[in-house]
Amino acid sequence: MTAAISLNNLDISYSGKRVVQGVSFDVAKGESFALVGESGSGKSTVLKAIAGLAPEWSGSMSILGKPRGHGPDKGLATTCQMVFQDPYGSLHPRKTVDAVLSEPLAIHGLGNRSERIEKALSDVGLDRRFRFRFPHQMSGGQRQRVAIARALMLEPKIMLLDEPTSALDVSVQAEILNLLKRLRAEQNLTYLLVSHDLPVVGFMCDRVAVMTKGQIVEIAPVSALHHGEFTHSYSRSLYAASGG
Amino acid sequence: MTEPLLSVRDLRVNFPTPQGRVDVVKGVSFDLGQERLGIVGESGSGKSMTGRAILRLIRPPGRVTAEKMAFQGQDLLSLSERKMRALRGARISMVMQDPRYSLNPVMTIGRQIAEALHVHEKLSNSATRGRVRDMLEAVQINDPDHVANMYPHEVSGGMGQRVMIAMMLIPKPKILIADEPTSALDVSVQAQVLDLIDTLVREQGMGLILISHDLQLVARYCDQILVMNAGRVVERCAAGDLDSATHPYTRGLLAAVPRMNETRDTLPTLDRTTWEGT
Repeated sequence: MTAAISLNNLDISYSGKRVVQGVSFDVAKGESFALVGESGSGKSTVLKAIAGLAPEWSGSMSILGKPRGHGPDKGLATTCQMVFQDPYGSLHPRKTVDAVLSEPLAIHGLGNRSERIEKALSDVGLDRRFRFRFPHQMSGGQRQRVAIARALMLEPKIMLLDEPTSALDVSVQAEILNLLKRLRAEQNLTYLLVSHDLPVVGFMCDRVAVMTKGQIVEIAPVSALHHGEFTHSYSRSLYAASGG
Repeated sequence: MTEPLLSVRDLRVNFPTPQGRVDVVKGVSFDLGQERLGIVGESGSGKSMTGRAILRLIRPPGRVTAEKMAFQGQDLLSLSERKMRALRGARISMVMQDPRYSLNPVMTIGRQIAEALHVHEKLSNSATRGRVRDMLEAVQINDPDHVANMYPHEVSGGMGQRVMIAMMLIPKPKILIADEPTSALDVSVQAQVLDLIDTLVREQGMGLILISHDLQLVARYCDQILVMNAGRVVERCAAGDLDSATHPYTRGLLAAVPRMNETRDTLPTLDRTTWEGT
């Protein structure tokens, strides 16, 4: 069985400065895998490299068994989609929900747009009256639902989630986490989640990789969070700081 | 019982909308002594507006009314703007959320902290420098002379927030209002910053108002907790009793947070209709 995401000895740089070094891990199909660490540990950079937003990398990456090249890859968009941290920044302020959701369909030449949009909205639990609203007419939680719907438009197999709830209130966070969990079960998605919130990871994921200073120091099953069974000293201090 | 440092009764803040004036804070009352008070609530619950109203930082067309809002017996509502300015910072000060937006980007850290001191006290240059250095040491900055010459963009978020705290505490205020002081920071740095605020507040016998959306965090660092929803205080309790909170909103908030040893398949979400009108 091929892994959904396979990274081997990945180094990533921004304008010549190396920020991630020697990252290797495999995420199985249908698995939910988390990257945790402080800001600046390089966890988001790994996601960006997979999505093609950080093109300066070396090593090898393959997505669903297909090696990923350095250039833009239109085919990748249909298998792998990303949801960003800040729903206030990731939606175009002058485009309606309908325009945001139909754009990927237009790019990939898919028909049945109206039905697909209605389905995506109902999948993420938004009423159809939201279809012609602008981002400023919605709350943070509703915007994040739109961002998730946009990522789901092309029916991807893999979702890259970059702190999907850290800009939201706890009660809204609970709704979005439940939604992500339900979608994963319904559509058999693979998640790669970046977060600094260990309890969120404990709720959402199967395995967790701890990153610091651009390197993975430990990969543990999520049950390690229940009992604090980390072996590396950095993971333990992160666990302690999170009130574990 | 001694007179509280700050006493607030029936505080209301309203803003005009096309549908008439809308109250965003609807009658909040509390007393603050030399203790740590936490105000918790979601976005839009009015918790930050309460903090700002105490310092009279709400600009027209926003309007603040209260039956009583007194700091050490002085009525804050009737104070002239000039007297208010002398009080702000020197007696009651406020730490804002994000150091990246609240520090002056074109002024060195040392000068900014010195400015905070200079406005309220007349000191010689060398005495000012000494106080700034002591203050930076107090907020656990290792190389104060070096950091004093740096600009805000050259330091990390956690260090920036410590600089803000230094700036707010250097005039030795009696009350510190911290509005989401750590929500822009990493978990590991959050604890350091809050421990620091905690130590300084205890040592100087100050009152602290910690405004946050994070129930656990407030429970860990405060003595008393007010839970706000839609402009009203729905629950007040001692921090230790938070687990036995009774109001459905508080219980809902507590249940919605994922736990470290999470075994639930779905998180309970708030049914926003159950406590409407309470």
